[in-house]
Amino acid sequence: MNEYINQGSKDTRSGFGEALVELGWQNRDVVALCADLTGSVKMDLFAREFPGRFIQVGIAEANMIGIAAGLTIGGKIPFTGTFANFSTGRVYDQIRQSVAYSNKNVKICASHAGLTLGEDGATHQNLEDMGMMKMLPNMTVICPCDFNQTKAATIAAAAFSGPVYLRFGRPKWPNFTPPGQQFVIGKAMLLSGGTDVSIFATGHMVWNALQAGKLLEEQGISAEIINIHTIKPLDDEAILASVRKTGCVVSAEEHMRNGGLGDSIAQLLAREFPVPVEMVAVDDKFGESGKPEELLKKYGLDVPDIVAAALNVLSRKK
Amino acid sequence: MLTIRELEKIATQVRRDIIRMVNGASSGHPGGPLGSADLLVALYFKIMLPDPKQFTMDGTGEDIFFLSNGHLSAGWYSVLARYGYFDVSELRTFRKIGSRLQGHPATADGLPGIRMSSGSLGQGLSVSIGAAMAKKMNNDEHLVYCLLGDGELQEGQNWEALMFAAGKKIDNLIAVIDYNGLQIDGPNDKVLPLGALHEKFEAFGWKALTAYGNEMTEVVDTLKQAEWYTGQGKPVMILMTTHMGFGVDFMLDNHDWHGVFPNDEQTKIALEQLEETLGDY
Repeated sequence: MNEYINQGSKDTRSGFGEALVELGWQNRDVVALCADLTGSVKMDLFAREFPGRFIQVGIAEANMIGIAAGLTIGGKIPFTGTFANFSTGRVYDQIRQSVAYSNKNVKICASHAGLTLGEDGATHQNLEDMGMMKMLPNMTVICPCDFNQTKAATIAAAAFSGPVYLRFGRPKWPNFTPPGQQFVIGKAMLLSGGTDVSIFATGHMVWNALQAGKLLEEQGISAEIINIHTIKPLDDEAILASVRKTGCVVSAEEHMRNGGLGDSIAQLLAREFPVPVEMVAVDDKFGESGKPEELLKKYGLDVPDIVAAALNVLSRKK
Repeated sequence: MLTIRELEKIATQVRRDIIRMVNGASSGHPGGPLGSADLLVALYFKIMLPDPKQFTMDGTGEDIFFLSNGHLSAGWYSVLARYGYFDVSELRTFRKIGSRLQGHPATADGLPGIRMSSGSLGQGLSVSIGAAMAKKMNNDEHLVYCLLGDGELQEGQNWEALMFAAGKKIDNLIAVIDYNGLQIDGPNDKVLPLGALHEKFEAFGWKALTAYGNEMTEVVDTLKQAEWYTGQGKPVMILMTTHMGFGVDFMLDNHDWHGVFPNDEQTKIALEQLEETLGDY
């Protein structure tokens, strides 16, 4: 197993906020819109530096998405910011018609995704967002794993032409990927090579997958850990290459099983190379209030859950 | 510059196109576009005067228009074609497989003149605000126009947009309500009363004008008046009373013609009431 060191835990949303300021300096066409959560989604830095390019929309997310779509018509690159729940389900039809179908260069930036939002509970813990977004034609879906990667992904999203859904989170989380890394949309990142089982993880669960890999190694199991930071387009080639070697798969994500990363991988494998798959994801349930680590444990997204899934899928491998 | 009489002739031809397109597609919405034909003709041929041969998505340096009530597509397509954005012969592909003239306006196939897909109601005003803000950021002094249906005002997003545009002083924006009082299920007043719209717009902080929308001189004058009110710190709203189905007697003021196509016999009767002024496609 390759060793990854936590350089100091940081929230992924702050990686987004820092990158947005850098983008503001780099490109005058970058504008930011927020629906009354400027501090929470870390857009306050941008708002302070570039007041003329920051649009406070108020608590009106549908209007925010429409305005963002309209801004692209004047050549702007709008970044909308609010929680994942209000970035997707609340405005699905606005995104569908005015952004995805119209193929507008809007970057929908969604903070506080998943269970690790914590104490606010199920009304705010969106676990369906990636599924909703990946179903839309023209939409690119990105879910980076830590602070440094979120920063790099935000910069890459600005350079990319087309609608992007960028998902990140609230809690301080291990920051282990290199600062200043190059982020290639749609390209899976091999974190540690292995031969017995492929573990594909996204977002916060990438760190958990690395911890699970270490525990598996202690049991003599060689796990290949791959960071799928782009849910759509999926890196079919990298996934198939890994699975052809290992012959079984564990997926890990802070998302509903229906519509998530595991679902995308299973579709790919069903078409191209059927092998046993275990999905570490939320099993058709709403979340609840609690601390992030308590919730991950209760909903089966903790490190031991990934280890158990790997052992299980290995036992199914012929 | 075209005279009022010439604009009226174009509007009559647009109405013929609408009837023939909807009949040809055996589907579509004739009532709304018949009522708003005068407005769209006045906007393109007299007020906005964009360059149809140099269509750009960003519309820099010219006035731009958004149709929020996308089901008025037949009328908009006819005006775009008659204005020169594409050949009028393409109107016969309306709503047919492989056409750029989708049932509701779409950008996917690159039809010149269209910058945003619409059809799912309530989104156009927000989009228009965004485009207007981009113009301000780009120091482009041209205006953004948006047409909305009256029934569409039942969508809550419009009221988010109305609040925003006034609160943020988006004063390079002119919105027009096609106020025919009818929607699919019947009169607005029966489906869900819209209340005192003029007062509501004023209370939200807009400069609100009222006009009759099926008389060309009044339409043009009102649009000029609206233009005069721009740049004064408030977005401008025109509450434009129209008749659904205007120009065809059996369709007039009848909500049954919101989304029903005329059969061949009805089409014949309708066309007898609409003089062919520019040549059918």
